[in-house]
Amino acid sequence: MRYTIWFLVLFLLILHQDNWLWENPRLVLGFMPIGLFYHTCISMAAGITWFFAIQFAWPAELDAASATHDANSVPGTVNENNEPGRREERA
Amino acid sequence: MTQLVIIAIYLALLLALGLFSNRLFRGTSKDYMLASHSIGPFLLLMSLFGTTMTAFALVGSSGEAFKEGIGVYGMLASSSGIIHSLCFFVIGLRLWSWGHRYGYTTQIQFFRDRLESDGIGLLLFPILVGLVIPYLLIGVISSGVVMQSMTGGAFPALFPTSNPGTNGGIPPWLGSLVICCIVLTYVFFGGMRGTAWANAFQTVVFMVLGLVAFYAIAMKLGGQSSFLENLRTCSEAVSLEKVTRVDMSKTKFFTYLLVPLSVGMFPHLFQHWLTAKSAGSFKLPVVAHPVFIMIVWVPCVLIGIWATTDLVPSKPPLPKIPGTEIVNANAVLPFLVKTQTGAILGGFLTAGILAAIMSSLDSQFLCLGTIFTSDIVVHYVGDDRLTDRQKIWLARGFVTAIVAVTYGLSLLPQRSVFGMGVWCFSGFASLFPLVLAAIYWRRLTAAGAAASIVATVVTWLVLFKQSGFGKNRAYTVDISFGGETYETMPVLTIFVASAIALVVVSLLTRPPSEQTLARFFGEKRGG
Repeated sequence: MRYTIWFLVLFLLILHQDNWLWENPRLVLGFMPIGLFYHTCISMAAGITWFFAIQFAWPAELDAASATHDANSVPGTVNENNEPGRREERA
Repeated sequence: MTQLVIIAIYLALLLALGLFSNRLFRGTSKDYMLASHSIGPFLLLMSLFGTTMTAFALVGSSGEAFKEGIGVYGMLASSSGIIHSLCFFVIGLRLWSWGHRYGYTTQIQFFRDRLESDGIGLLLFPILVGLVIPYLLIGVISSGVVMQSMTGGAFPALFPTSNPGTNGGIPPWLGSLVICCIVLTYVFFGGMRGTAWANAFQTVVFMVLGLVAFYAIAMKLGGQSSFLENLRTCSEAVSLEKVTRVDMSKTKFFTYLLVPLSVGMFPHLFQHWLTAKSAGSFKLPVVAHPVFIMIVWVPCVLIGIWATTDLVPSKPPLPKIPGTEIVNANAVLPFLVKTQTGAILGGFLTAGILAAIMSSLDSQFLCLGTIFTSDIVVHYVGDDRLTDRQKIWLARGFVTAIVAVTYGLSLLPQRSVFGMGVWCFSGFASLFPLVLAAIYWRRLTAAGAAASIVATVVTWLVLFKQSGFGKNRAYTVDISFGGETYETMPVLTIFVASAIALVVVSLLTRPPSEQTLARFFGEKRGG
């Protein structure tokens, strides 16, 4: 699935170069130049593609790492910087 | 005068928000510079979006559409929607993870650690600062220009000018000074937390006001009863050149795709990424960023092309660049708001434009203050020899000094500074191979990184000189192939030089120790 997402991103970048609409003056719905309408759709498609990316290609190990890091905070203690105390600091 | 009152109320609200955020300040340097890694998805989205969208998002987008037509949306907006989120996902998330784990505050700390090289920090420091300062100047100068044009007529006896459009308006030196003081106040007291809250507030302001201005201008220009009819009337009057891209080079359009990669190397975005509470905080910005860009840009591009039609009344005429008969494209949106809508909306839109400017300035000021404090003073004096309170006051001192220097520079005559924008972005974008390799390529070496930076600087300087130091805004690097000449953006040449130098020199030199590589990439399989 991860490869599919990256293929979608690449496909979006290819679709971005819309040479076929370069000189088309058509107005979609009577007011939106088709070149602008097409790139508005590209923006929407980007949002949808990134939605799929966070659903199916999200690096879950980072969620686990941040949870572990937060779990290492020692409740009720503070360090010299007045921050929550930690069992391990910078390596 | 109405506009001035609205602007004053808006600035006062912003100041109050900044001072309020000081009450949330936890008193540590980590809180001042990184909001103690406590920023959730919504605030992260708003602050990242507000920071990446400068005054250009409102004023420049309509101005560029006025000059170039609808092609600017694809060139600058839809491309950014794909590439910015890609940078958040591929670069930001990894850097956040390491920053969170190893306690980084700045990019330079990361590169020094990752490449086991102190010198790489010294090499990067002047480049990053040198590229951010013109970017800051654009914001400071724009704020003065916007204030003057939108308050024209308020004080004719106090601030007379020969230009009827700006006569009596607050002069740019004063407008810029007020904006600098407001931003300095909330950054000084609120640090990153104040900046994040102010950015969120300002992003909402400029998004909402942009849409309101679009509706009001369409209704006035079209002269029909319904909104849809007005949209149709306005767009049908636009010339063929502006509703298509007949005058735009396809290869220039294509190579412009590299420019948004600059987001991967912006030092102020690095700092914003590190404020995230968790990896999950990135999800909303990654998805919503392209849609937010669309919401701001589409109305502005339409207003820009409508301004080229006969529907815009000839009196008063569109503002001209002083001393020429050329229309000042960047003044098109403020002009239409001022002449086609009421004074109240004009005041609100000015507040929106200033919001867009300030939401970038604050992060950049704070970022430079943090770089000076962390990468120079704390790094060389020694972390143990400074108390946390001293670090906060050092950062505040540097932020104040940077605001003062930028303001001073903005008063010098510099007509070409606006042309610097794309050059700053091209410089940052050409450093993208460096950050990408640092995250995903074990074989990257300090020498390879240094070679990439030097190649970027040298190529950038050569091309910048060829462009008349930014004066030739239409400058392209032309490549002849098969009897055809292709126009390309300078960023392509600089980017390729940077990437080749990085790969070749890295392969010829020794990589960092296995211990360091294991910290970032885990143990080597089978090794």
